Amino acid sequence: MVSLKTTIGKLELKNPVILASGTCGFGKEIKSLIDVNKLGAIVTKTITLNKKEGNPPPRIAETASGLLNSIGLDNDGLKDFLFEKISYLGKLKIPVIVSIAGNTTEEFTKLTKEISKIPCIKGIEINLSCPNVIHKGTKFPLLAQDKKATEAIIAKLRKVTKKTLIAKLSPSVTDIKEIAKAAESGGADAISLVNTYPGMLVDIYTMKPKLGAVTGGLSGPCIKPLALKCVWDAYNTVNIPIIGMGGIMTSGDAIEFILCGASAIQVGTANFVNPKAPLEILEGIKQYLKEKKVNSIKSLIGKLKNNEK
Amino acid sequence: MKQFYAKVISNQRIAPDHFILSFKTPHAMAKKVKPGQFFKIKVNNSSKPLLGRPFSVHKAGNNKIEILYKIVGEATRILSTKKSGNILDILGPLGNGFDTGLSGPAILVGGGHGVAPLVELAKKFANHNIKPVVFIGARTKKHIVCDKDLRKLGAQVHVVTEDGSKGRKGLVTELLKNKITGKNLKKPVTIYACGPKPMLMAVGKLAKDYKIPCRISLEEYMACGIGTCLGCAVKTRGGYKMVCKDGPVFDAKEIVW
Ligand SMILES: Cc1cc2nc3c(=O)[nH]c(=O)nc-3n(C[C@H](O)[C@H](O)[C@H](O)COP(=O)(O)OP(=O)(O)OC[C@H]3O[C@@H](n4cnc5c(N)ncnc54)[C@H](O)[C@@H]3O)c2cc1C
Ligand SMILES: Cc1cc2nc3c(=O)[nH]c(=O)nc-3n(C[C@H](O)[C@H](O)[C@H](O)COP(=O)(O)O)c2cc1C
Ligand code: FES
Repeated sequence: MVSLKTTIGKLELKNPVILASGTCGFGKEIKSLIDVNKLGAIVTKTITLNKKEGNPPPRIAETASGLLNSIGLDNDGLKDFLFEKISYLGKLKIPVIVSIAGNTTEEFTKLTKEISKIPCIKGIEINLSCPNVIHKGTKFPLLAQDKKATEAIIAKLRKVTKKTLIAKLSPSVTDIKEIAKAAESGGADAISLVNTYPGMLVDIYTMKPKLGAVTGGLSGPCIKPLALKCVWDAYNTVNIPIIGMGGIMTSGDAIEFILCGASAIQVGTANFVNPKAPLEILEGIKQYLKEKKVNSIKSLIGKLKNNEK
Repeated sequence: MKQFYAKVISNQRIAPDHFILSFKTPHAMAKKVKPGQFFKIKVNNSSKPLLGRPFSVHKAGNNKIEILYKIVGEATRILSTKKSGNILDILGPLGNGFDTGLSGPAILVGGGHGVAPLVELAKKFANHNIKPVVFIGARTKKHIVCDKDLRKLGAQVHVVTEDGSKGRKGLVTELLKNKITGKNLKKPVTIYACGPKPMLMAVGKLAKDYKIPCRISLEEYMACGIGTCLGCAVKTRGGYKMVCKDGPVFDAKEIVW
């Protein structure tokens, strides 16, 4: 028997395959397509304190091996989450991680405090990196581009929760190592890497942007090499676990991330392409461990070999 | 809703850019499919194109579904090369569909490939002994599809082309207006429409002006097709709704154009 168990902060996951924020809603619709309870964990769509309407359509555009989105954190807010979504999430048998975002530090704090009261929530992913929202606490377009703001906000949230805190970072930075370090210094239990890459597409016939919001975030297979490098750089810098993602479609992709230092991986865009992808990835990882005669996934993390013979 | 692999039964060109593809469905699925519902079809297993594409149910038969599609880009071009026996990765049936508690009389309006779902809808009406009036709008004579099928179902079909190469020259909405302002309109009547946005907008406005209930089937770019990504938003009076889950069929007066 191979062991697929992995550890993210205080969280023991039975396997490293996690559903990424914004790509599985709150777990409700996908249950008729896959057995969610077989996975390692689920991260909810990012919620904000107040209801957010989201961006004008079109919100989706496709590019070569990639998906550009500008959903704009469309969600019904904390209250709806506490009264509606939670009853459903509470029935899941796997750890539920709630993704949160705020316009201000106060909003982040309030969200963290409220969510920490819910027993069935095992972790909080702090979305510091959504390319579709603007935060007041930094002069940068994204919180996760500002190492001081990143450290300050994580430190603040660390004080108000005992739950596993995960900082979700943006790849769109000059030096990911600095930001990863800032999240670690702030007291994050883990970091999630990467959120989408800011991007845009143009319809040459109408001469208009393809997205209603003009710009959006790029995900899918086309970002994998970029995301892998971010994970590798962060792995060589911090001592906290890294949750890797960005274009993971197959178990091979997932293993690349694990070899580059990811303790767990998230599946995002692949859910839209093939809802069974997360389960197929899990099965593929198991097969790989057997073939390689490695008995625990933990002994694979960061085991990228160097090029010398 | 299911994800399944389906065998292509046939795939035939019916007009210069239009095809009808028929595929096998899992047991009992086709019978339960409602007109106006759709399937998301992944046309190959490469990442180009990455996402499956949505297509309305054109006809539902015994353990098979037919879709009618127009070649407009990469995915539909690849779809047009499929042969009998090829396998497709399909998700569906998706969406709400037209209400099935149908009562007549009804006016159906289809523009371009928007006529595709109207055939299954007309079939449901025929089962209720309702003979709808149908208006089909197309660019030219060559682009008219489904008119014969609809006539076979007992519908009274009127065709309009933009260049006048068949039927009246002009837009479907002009004919629709004549109909609903005409003397022999039986009321209460409901309008069901599917087609390009400008057409739906015009139909919705007419329906509103003449106080006629109107259901329209909308299209938006989709990623998940099941309501999780929030990508296929359409603005309604009650805020953004998702075309894939809350729709694709909406009450026309709910839509904020
Ligand atoms: C619920 C639903 C039902 C549909 N039913 C049918 C059907 O029965 N028959 C049929 O032929 N088509 C139908 N469509 C449209 C069909 O999904 C698109 O034509 C298809 O996705 C195009 O894929 P492609 O890769 O060939 O073209 P792409 O390269 O994706 O697009 C080619 C061109 O079409 C435009 N386009 C593509 N998708 C959309 C969209 N959703 N809204 C507006 N413009 C778009 C693009 O802007 C571009 O100009 C439906 C769409 C929806 C949402
Ligand atoms: C449609 C869509 C919506 C997303 N929404 C969120 C979100 O609400 N919060 C968040 O942290 N990340 C969100 N993401 C980013 C994903 O969680 C993930 O970080 C990114 O897509 C890269 O992984 P992938 O290539 O596997 O999709 C979203 C991505 C997509 C495609
Ligand atoms: S396509 Fe994802 S919500 Fe409609």
